[in-house]
Amino acid sequence: MKKLWLLLPLACFLVLAVFLYRGLYSNPRELNSVLVGKAVPDFQKVDLFDDNKHYDQKLLATGQPVLLNVWATWCPTCYAEHQFLNTLARQGVRIVGVNYKDERNAAVDWLSRLGNPYEEVLFDPKGQLGLDLGVYGAPETFLIDGQGVIRYRHVGDVNDRVWNQTLKPIYNGLKP
Amino acid sequence: MRTLLYILLLPVAFYCVAATAAVDAYTFTDPAKETQFKELIKELRCPKCQNQDIADSDAELAKDLREKVYEMTEQGKSRKEIISYMKARYGDFIHYQPPLRLDTIVLWLAPILVLIAGLIFIFVRASREQASPLNEEEARRLSELLNEKEQH
Repeated sequence: MKKLWLLLPLACFLVLAVFLYRGLYSNPRELNSVLVGKAVPDFQKVDLFDDNKHYDQKLLATGQPVLLNVWATWCPTCYAEHQFLNTLARQGVRIVGVNYKDERNAAVDWLSRLGNPYEEVLFDPKGQLGLDLGVYGAPETFLIDGQGVIRYRHVGDVNDRVWNQTLKPIYNGLKP
Repeated sequence: MRTLLYILLLPVAFYCVAATAAVDAYTFTDPAKETQFKELIKELRCPKCQNQDIADSDAELAKDLREKVYEMTEQGKSRKEIISYMKARYGDFIHYQPPLRLDTIVLWLAPILVLIAGLIFIFVRASREQASPLNEEEARRLSELLNEKEQH
């Protein structure tokens, strides 16, 4: 019985070690989105180019999967991923943009200079839609299925590697 | 000398003004709401900078979150409602108080376990010392030593 007591510190150490070891290899920047598996929150947004065009969440539930890409002109990583988004758009991937906490003129100018990969661009100057989506920085990309349910969230730029390894398989799986 | 002191203190004064600016920009209709606001922005963690609460952080996102907490507080929303609104978007991460779950149980139990382990340690040591009186040989040696000391 007395011998068993001696094992107590070892047991405590092992429990703590497992706990900390797990923490060591988890990336704190990759917060799990609580929205995965849930429908896109309700929203009312105007078009970036046209104040008279209004959109709501039905835009993202048309029966076809879609990428919802949150971007801004102040975000260097968005610049880095932009050409790849153009490539995807040319391949027929549907991308809807959310222009996040940005200035309209700067955003329009950016798209005319760098090309426009987006089917539509929602204008979100105050970031309310971003907040409802749990966005904490740009760029972030949500994979949304044909019913408007969020299936995956990617933080950081979309590039060749991320697309082929992670996003594309999910995207293809969502196609009807 | 006095001028030098003023010059040295100037940055401190600016710093204080800058640090409180974020909070002072809001006006409240009710002191209870102000208290709730100030408590909540200390309790909610900035998802962007991660190791700061949203009261402390200068990140754009932290400003938005403060604004949201202010709006909801003024609308008469309770503490609980605001925290669950934030958790629905940013997950448990956003609240500095983690929920009690299997993967967070170490966080909750560690302080109690350490305390108990400490108490057991002290108790065991104390009882061990008590339980070992001097044997004959030791008692003889002790009195010898004491006698020796007296003679000197």
